[in-house]
Amino acid sequence: MSQSGIHEIAIIGGGPAGLAAAIAAREAGARDIVILEREKELGGILNQCIHNGFGLHTFQEELTGPEYAARYIRQVKDLGIPYLLSTTVVDLRREEDHVAVTSVSRRDGLLQTRARAVVLAMGCRERPRGALNIPGTRPAGIFSAGTAQRLVNLEGYLPGRRVVILGSGDIGLIMARRMTLEGAKVLCVAEIQPYSGGLKRNIVQCLQDYGIPLKLSHTVVDIRGKERVSGVTIAQVDQNLKPIPGTEEDFDCDTLLLSVGLLPENELSKAVGVELAPATGGPRVNESLETNIPGVFACGNVLHVHDLVDYVSEEAANAGRCAARFAAGTLSGGGREIPLAPAGAVRYTVPAGVDPVRMDGEAVVRFRVGRNMRKAVVTVLAEEPGQEPRTLLRRKRPVMAPGEMEQIALKKEWLTGDETKITVEAREEDA
Amino acid sequence: MKRYDTVVIGAGVTGSAVARELSRRKGRFLVLEKASDVCEGTSKANSAIIHAGFDAQPGSLKARMNVRGNLMMDKLSEELDIPFRRVGALVVCLREEELPRLRELQERGRENGVEGLELLSGEQARALEPNLSKEVCGALLAKTSGIICPFALTLGLAESAAKNGVEFRFDTEVTGLSPEEGGWVLQAGGEEVHTRTVVNAAGVHAGLLHNMVCEQKLAVIPRKGEYCLLDKTAGGHVGRTIFQLPGRLGKGVLVSPTVHGNLLLGPTAADVEDPDSTATTAAGLTEVMEKSAWGVKDIPYRQVITSFMGLRAHEAGDDFVLAESAPGFFDGAGIESPGLSSAPAIGEYLAGLVTDKLGLEENPDFDPIRRGAPRIAELPLEERAAKIAENPLYGNIICRCEEVSEGEILDAIHGILGARTLDGVKRRTRAGMGRCQSGFCSPRVMEILARELRLDLTEIRKNGGDSQIVLKKTRGEREA
Repeated sequence: MSQSGIHEIAIIGGGPAGLAAAIAAREAGARDIVILEREKELGGILNQCIHNGFGLHTFQEELTGPEYAARYIRQVKDLGIPYLLSTTVVDLRREEDHVAVTSVSRRDGLLQTRARAVVLAMGCRERPRGALNIPGTRPAGIFSAGTAQRLVNLEGYLPGRRVVILGSGDIGLIMARRMTLEGAKVLCVAEIQPYSGGLKRNIVQCLQDYGIPLKLSHTVVDIRGKERVSGVTIAQVDQNLKPIPGTEEDFDCDTLLLSVGLLPENELSKAVGVELAPATGGPRVNESLETNIPGVFACGNVLHVHDLVDYVSEEAANAGRCAARFAAGTLSGGGREIPLAPAGAVRYTVPAGVDPVRMDGEAVVRFRVGRNMRKAVVTVLAEEPGQEPRTLLRRKRPVMAPGEMEQIALKKEWLTGDETKITVEAREEDA
Repeated sequence: MKRYDTVVIGAGVTGSAVARELSRRKGRFLVLEKASDVCEGTSKANSAIIHAGFDAQPGSLKARMNVRGNLMMDKLSEELDIPFRRVGALVVCLREEELPRLRELQERGRENGVEGLELLSGEQARALEPNLSKEVCGALLAKTSGIICPFALTLGLAESAAKNGVEFRFDTEVTGLSPEEGGWVLQAGGEEVHTRTVVNAAGVHAGLLHNMVCEQKLAVIPRKGEYCLLDKTAGGHVGRTIFQLPGRLGKGVLVSPTVHGNLLLGPTAADVEDPDSTATTAAGLTEVMEKSAWGVKDIPYRQVITSFMGLRAHEAGDDFVLAESAPGFFDGAGIESPGLSSAPAIGEYLAGLVTDKLGLEENPDFDPIRRGAPRIAELPLEERAAKIAENPLYGNIICRCEEVSEGEILDAIHGILGARTLDGVKRRTRAGMGRCQSGFCSPRVMEILARELRLDLTEIRKNGGDSQIVLKKTRGEREA
């Protein structure tokens, strides 16, 4: 720590995003970094993801979650980056020349950490049952898929024997396979949308390979059982996602797993005044992954929910580098931010704006579409006053799906700096 | 043969209030509860309002107990160390022609002895509550109305009673009740319990108990009410409890802040047959959302974090039944709204009847003060630091959403009526009550419960009965 007692960078969260941010920040020259992690180990949610499929892009091999995390944890340790475990950050405040981080832990009690830059890497949480307002009783046996995953993989206990899964997010699909392998009977996976929110490969490897039916456009309309779940009713839904009377089907089961979406966990971001984007639930950031609060950066699932951890690591490394430059005083802006606007089937873009002056050659723009598409085309258009919109990029995509994150590279050399808006659009080719 | 002076059946808010009042006297008192914890029935799922008392019919027990209970609440909440806020309430009127009914309510309130009632115009009401809808054309302001945590109130009363010598037995259902020489014998959890007097505070089951022993039958009809609870980010949407004047569209639902800072919507009202069913319905939840919008605009329904259903014990006579219905058998039956508000007064009243019957003496050792466990996250930073220095486990956060520490969970487990289930911990500490609804903390709370109670994880229950959460070990063990 410097004489002033102010660290260069504090990283909130020691999961995949926080770890990659720390390593990249160190490699970019930041010497004084601290990671604050609320769990008793580094690695975040990867620790309970014991299935393989991680790291194909980063390491060109298939790793399990803990193996993937271990590679980053080893680097953090080799680089001598300090980290505090079992330490929960309870408040963030922007002061004149630093961000004040208040945390509590058993070891250090109530701790005030000051840092010139902060990287938000708190991850996300699962949407609970209440958010869906599923009618019925409230007995034991209703779990979010991630909670069940922890019980099975970390604690070594089976949460149920006859299982219905609502929602086809990746954790739900993974848990369908996991519960089956542990001897439970997974009766079906119901998905209210006409498409799955999970990766195609997970639908094949976790459901089809085990003969587990995926019921699209179906939802749970009743939960039964007083002490323990004794059954659920599933019904088909119409285009407005409303259950269609007469399509109800009863399932006898003792367990309902919910995999109905992930929500970036931004309570701390709000505490420090970070502006959130409604479409992602995460901070609105620019090309440097900096929020509206100077010196506060965000990456990983706290920023927007990712499909693959490889992209989390890549994005977080960028946030770490930018935080290092901020702490060193070399991330001076000066330019003007050009807003990025989603169009067509594109639901959002991260970043939400770019400042060409601060761009480092190119900016990776990540986005998701809101529906399944075939023969799609992605177009990036630049608008300038008094001129016809200019096509910066046009790329054909044979298939696009809401469950898969998309990305394009926006080149600095394409931009004049006079653009008023850059539109990222996806639509069917013949439309 | 051990014989109690009084057995109270039911550890809801009524039974707990009776028990605490009894503990002011010398005697042997026992509370029997069929659930695994206090506050498992009607007491846990209601509007969490301490009503002013203008609603009940003048002269009724409901009116009398409500007004008295409301008056008692300041001192009681202080003695029990529980949150209670007199935020006030507004009864809003949505149609000009119904305005005279507001005046009638005010008049009825005056007759009941309610202070602080004031008629407001629509503009005056909106000045107080900017989120009232533009249709609101008048309102009755009730300044003495308040909000409370029903669980904290019930636990506070029960712990205070226990501290002053009342015994509690959980997971013990009363299945038989018959008179014997000088009192009653109860079949409870496979044992006989002898007592001189019985207080029936069995909520929706009170009619069943009463009818076992009384000629004149009661008809306690479970009436369900469905609610939606919104995240704390929505808690400031209104500052007071907003009721709708029952009108052409029927009885509306209330919109209220809670003492924990959430926003509560509800309830619906429908009679049900099964006194144990607390299933919510799609129609009910839709009704809650639609009706809540009549008087209050822009409610952020996307922030609903949970919904629940509560049963009120409605009695056909439409009033509380507080009486010695058979020799030595005292009813606290038909306790529906305003039962929570009335509980302290009902406790005082019924314990008074028992005292007179048995000629009980004062308990000179009675201590009215009960200290709740500290809520560490709510303390100012310096005090919080001091608490953690004193007990480092207060620094180990288990529930991230509500910032509940391991130390607070241990306090809850090792308290005088300690938590033994996940829900027991949740209601005492708020661990699991936040926006993730226990997704992250439940495995950790289960581990702590297992460790502290020396149980296996497979024995940890959500609440009572067979509500185990995990079924077996995945490794190293054959299934039984």
